[in-house]
Amino acid sequence: MAGEVVFNTGMVGYPETLTDPSYTGQILVLTYPLIGNYGMPAFHSSGGLHPNYESPAGTIRGLIVADYSNNYQHWNEETSLSHWLYKQRIPALSGIDTRRLTRHLRDKGSMLGKIILDGKEPEWYDPNKEHLVRQISRPEIQTFGDGKRVLFLDCGTKENIIRELTIRNLQVIRVPFDYDISQMEYDGLLVSNGPGDPAMCTETIQRVQLAYQNERPVMGICLGHQIMALAAGASTYKMKFGHRGQNQPVLNHLSQQAFVSSQNHGYAVDIDHLPKDWKTLYTNLNDQTIEGIIHESGRFFSVQFHPEAAPGPVDTSFIFNDFAKLLEGQ
Amino acid sequence: MIQYKKVLILGSAALKIGEAGEFDYSGSQAIKALKEEGIFTILINPNIATIQTSSDLADQVYFLPVTPPFIRQVIEKERPDGLLLSFGGQTALNAGVALYENGTLTEFDVQVLGTPVETVMDTEDRNRFTQRLNEIEVKTARSATATDWQAARSIAVEIGFPVMIRVAYALGGLGSGVCHNQTELEERVKSALAHAPQVLVEEYLGGWKEIEYEIVRDASDNCIAVCNMENFDPVGIHTGESIVVAPSQTLNNHEYHKLRAIGLQVIRHLGVVGECNIQYALDPKSEDYRVIEVNARLSRSSALASKATGYPLAFVAAKLALGYTLPELKNAVTGSTSAFFEPALDYVVVKIPRWDLRKFRRVSKRIGSGMKSVGEVMAIGRHFEEALQKALRMLGTGARGLTANPQLEVQDISSELQAPTENRIFAIMQAFERGFSITEINNLSRIDQWFLHKLKKVHDITKQLELFRKAELPGDLLLRAKQAGFSDTQLALLTGQKAEAIRKLRHGLNIHPKIRQIDTMAGEYPAETNYLYLSYNADQHDLPMPQEKHILILGSGAYHIGSSVEFDWCAVNAVRSLRRAGLPTIILNYNPETVSTDYDESDMLIFDEISEEIIIELQNMIPLGGVLLSMGGQIPNNLAIPLAKAGLPILGTPAEQIDRAENRSIFSTLLDELGIGQPVWGRLDSPTQALKFAGKVGYPVLVRPSYVLSGAAMSVASNAEELEKYLERAVEISGDHPTVISKFYTNAKEIEYDGVAKNGEIVVYAISEHVENAGVHSGDATLVFPPQRLYLETMRRVRQIAGQIAKALQITGPFNIQFIAKNNEVMVIECNLRASRSFPFVSKILGINFIDIAAKVMLGLPFERPGKDQFDINCVGVKAPQFSFTRLEGADPVLGVEMASTGEVGCFGDDFDEAFIKALIAVGYRFPFKSVLLSTGPIESKAELLEPLLKVLNGHVKIYATGGTAKFLTENGFNAEKVAWPLDDTHPSAVDIIRERKVDLVINIPKSFQKEELTNGYLIRRAAVDFGVMLITNRQIAMRLFEALSRGVLDRLQIKSSAEYD
Repeated sequence: MAGEVVFNTGMVGYPETLTDPSYTGQILVLTYPLIGNYGMPAFHSSGGLHPNYESPAGTIRGLIVADYSNNYQHWNEETSLSHWLYKQRIPALSGIDTRRLTRHLRDKGSMLGKIILDGKEPEWYDPNKEHLVRQISRPEIQTFGDGKRVLFLDCGTKENIIRELTIRNLQVIRVPFDYDISQMEYDGLLVSNGPGDPAMCTETIQRVQLAYQNERPVMGICLGHQIMALAAGASTYKMKFGHRGQNQPVLNHLSQQAFVSSQNHGYAVDIDHLPKDWKTLYTNLNDQTIEGIIHESGRFFSVQFHPEAAPGPVDTSFIFNDFAKLLEGQ
Repeated sequence: MIQYKKVLILGSAALKIGEAGEFDYSGSQAIKALKEEGIFTILINPNIATIQTSSDLADQVYFLPVTPPFIRQVIEKERPDGLLLSFGGQTALNAGVALYENGTLTEFDVQVLGTPVETVMDTEDRNRFTQRLNEIEVKTARSATATDWQAARSIAVEIGFPVMIRVAYALGGLGSGVCHNQTELEERVKSALAHAPQVLVEEYLGGWKEIEYEIVRDASDNCIAVCNMENFDPVGIHTGESIVVAPSQTLNNHEYHKLRAIGLQVIRHLGVVGECNIQYALDPKSEDYRVIEVNARLSRSSALASKATGYPLAFVAAKLALGYTLPELKNAVTGSTSAFFEPALDYVVVKIPRWDLRKFRRVSKRIGSGMKSVGEVMAIGRHFEEALQKALRMLGTGARGLTANPQLEVQDISSELQAPTENRIFAIMQAFERGFSITEINNLSRIDQWFLHKLKKVHDITKQLELFRKAELPGDLLLRAKQAGFSDTQLALLTGQKAEAIRKLRHGLNIHPKIRQIDTMAGEYPAETNYLYLSYNADQHDLPMPQEKHILILGSGAYHIGSSVEFDWCAVNAVRSLRRAGLPTIILNYNPETVSTDYDESDMLIFDEISEEIIIELQNMIPLGGVLLSMGGQIPNNLAIPLAKAGLPILGTPAEQIDRAENRSIFSTLLDELGIGQPVWGRLDSPTQALKFAGKVGYPVLVRPSYVLSGAAMSVASNAEELEKYLERAVEISGDHPTVISKFYTNAKEIEYDGVAKNGEIVVYAISEHVENAGVHSGDATLVFPPQRLYLETMRRVRQIAGQIAKALQITGPFNIQFIAKNNEVMVIECNLRASRSFPFVSKILGINFIDIAAKVMLGLPFERPGKDQFDINCVGVKAPQFSFTRLEGADPVLGVEMASTGEVGCFGDDFDEAFIKALIAVGYRFPFKSVLLSTGPIESKAELLEPLLKVLNGHVKIYATGGTAKFLTENGFNAEKVAWPLDDTHPSAVDIIRERKVDLVINIPKSFQKEELTNGYLIRRAAVDFGVMLITNRQIAMRLFEALSRGVLDRLQIKSSAEYD
């Protein structure tokens, strides 16, 4: 199996991580050495979503850990991680010095890699050259919950974003990344997270540009944030090794309040070309990269991090409240 | 941000169970943080062995009791504008709350920095706490408070038994416990209410998981959870008694972040500013939880979390108290990223408590909701088994890891698993051996199955290893074993080989541990600090190994009775001297409660085992210019011979000379050759020989078994019957396990000599005397420096002998000799060629840093000969022991030849009386007292006590006395009320009046040295401890106390800083 090798520094939440569509095309290295401790939770479908998971299937191309726990123990587990990976046809390695590998990725940057099984060597595979969103965005339109209508451009979303919206009494209408939204009735637009290079998502960028022309609120998360920035006129760039973990500190420039956030991205927004009517909303306290932008109207904003957590800290879930409040005003 | 100019910091006083070295670490960091801001810092802490009381830290140090009256006087004198309460444990917090409540802080306009006092009170008062958490709908265990036993009963009946009893304002869960029925409830509640105003009766959550978070919040409401930890042991076992693992292992994302979010919510609601700890119980079968408690201060857990993550919690908390916000501060480890973040670990940390219960007689060995451990160790590994097995060895209790411990056999596995002692984990390993299933062990112990599976893995590897008895281990099995944390010695024992052979095999296969760096970011950012550990689960060193020669300083290891913060002071001072001289240093230590394990104290901090295996591996990685092993107490000192044999460059006194001092026979012969007196002794192979020897030299005799079966240790026998009984019960004497018996001297003085020599020539020395007569362990004795009651001739002789021994052993470095003196005859009892417990004490009283000189001498660096000695100082220092008997259920609180104290204080005075009284107050005595119970033992002690007693007591103090003492007092004109012995069925008995708190002070002088039986004396002493009544069990202490009081010492206790005694 071949893909782009990236590392994540979170210490919990491998079931959520392994089913996060943003990892499409990537071989994931987990820096926390002990993995598999609590098995994998029960898988079932409930109203079109999959509790305990972020998508119906494993999204990574391979998994690399230091010390896999052969025995797992949890009241909510259904099967072992190993068995789950087997059923998902995802190869995994244990017993690897993942710290050494991580430091290598940190120094040299994310790179392509392959896991060779039974001597069968696959071709190199670079997910950044693919329009991954097109490959994984679900074609069907789905509706969840009731309330103000959120048009949801699904670029490969984590299901928890949908859950966070519906528990706030919003209706989510999930449409594909390139859906023609011009004729849609909605109160607000959300552009989801997803994998790959945002600049490839030209269809989605166009949809968002269109949305900027009316008054209805637009919110973006992760890839959605990058797409919104591109739609506004900024550019994006590939980071050396990205931010993947649950301890990324972000500072809100309006309130000067800092938050610990969950992140998973390899591209970032460059605000040099961001029009004057947009402001930086959040920056990363470690490396000062852009973590969020907001239009001066207050109606369009986006965050690079994951307010829906899953996995990770839930400190920024208030962002969904803010969005819901904006929609109430519609 | 308000600019503070002068800030007062309260320390935690003597180390005690529940309040140990962690507060030296947090206080020291706070002082560093304040000094960086140019703030004038004042410290009150009578713990003279700490690093925080060193002259190079705080601007002004007061070696005074941390009690409201003394603090008030310091405030009045120094007029600080700020006060830090959260760095000195429960002692400082309680004192601060009292000063707030009595208006002192308002009166002198002193601002409490950081967490407000009202918040502290919200967390300390159980009713307020529950109410505050109810306000935000956070669950606490169902509970209610009671101030009397009847109320407690009705609450318990409502909640339903079993219930948990907790005591307000108590450190380390003192007096807490589970009650299964009304009888247990009555006993516990009544005893608890003797110490505290209220108890909490709480829903019992035994068997739930116990999870902790360390949370930091700034005044601008930025809030982070720096570390989470999971207890290996379930709720019901105090977290200080539990094996603790960081980060949590069995929680999924939802549980981890749910509890984290609740923590942030609670801490915001309470308004903590700085650092705090929140503990939860988590149902192992659902997401149901309860908040157990919040400690709104730095704690044992925060010290552990700091060392586990590399996040300097105390330092940051101090900055936040001054008004900084988290985003303004930098992550000190990376130097580039923000302090507002949560460390990501890429390793696992295991903490194990260190108990010392075998030092006590009659003590209950069960571990539970009250704390009994005296120290702890922390191990870091890339695998759980690796960290756990390291930690077990670090304890220094003889364990080789999880397996290869035949000496740790548990008799009844099931009962050990259900009602654990410190040996529970070994019982689990034995259970595997006997075929118990994981489920069965889980049912009995309630330890999560994930942990049990990991233990089982070690059991399985052990079984495979045992197949290779006397045969060469296959390389892959050896590697697997090393990765699971087996030591070479452990492998050797399991395979019937020598450790050297395993090492050779391993080196032949090129299996070595690699150095790993703790960077707080799991490799995401490079670290600037050299905070390191070793792991066999690594392919590559994290950093290039230095080319220049480093000096390796061995730390003290786990604190236990007899080896504590004083050795950290020695190690840290040695490192500081070397660094000032420009020498690169490495510290090797594994005790998370220490300053030496702060990564900025040395050029490289290696947080790992202090063992031959690890040190040899280090030598293979880093060029070592020398190993300094005389600073950390006995643990490193014991490595002198093996390390020298392995070719390591030992600094100072040569290893073979260390062996000459340590080996009883060789040393004794040396003393004979030098014509130096020593108590007659013999090394005996059989009980018959022992009895014959004792008959010849005369009783009492001191028995020192070299191999102990029942856990009993040294003892004094007053007659043949006692000796016989002791030998029968406790000792297996044979040619392989000989016993040392020596003549035991009564009514003799005991003297300590601390010195530093160079090539056998004395460079600096200090002689101190014990207040107590010989027979009290030197660690439990009250030490006076300079001596006040020694003949000049005795001192001259002591000096002379020390000079002879230094010369004969070619001492270079620190050493300590213990003497006894009777009528000017001076005898040597013991000699240690290393720094001793009293080094910080004499260094600070004398104003000469013995360790600084010793370090320079050992490295051959230039040093200054001190220009003064003990005859030039104008003050007296008294070092007094701190006992923790209250926590050691059932233990006989009496002094003997085994050390029992857990800490010490050292106070200055213009004369002995003043220093002595201050020291007594600092360890918990309260003066004046209104009533006293006298039970003074043999007639000579009665007579001796009489004169000073007369002056203090008569007319001012109500006297109660037992049988003989009452008669003696009445005959001598005292008005004493007679009370019955507790074992007689007459009332009121001595115990009755203690329980009713009719007495403030109990003086009970035991008659015999044997303390095994349930005697009247034991019952009286234990009652005093259990009901919080002051207790004195030593005649000399009682006399010196009464003399001092009769001379009006209480009216002239000076508030002077250490600098003012210069």
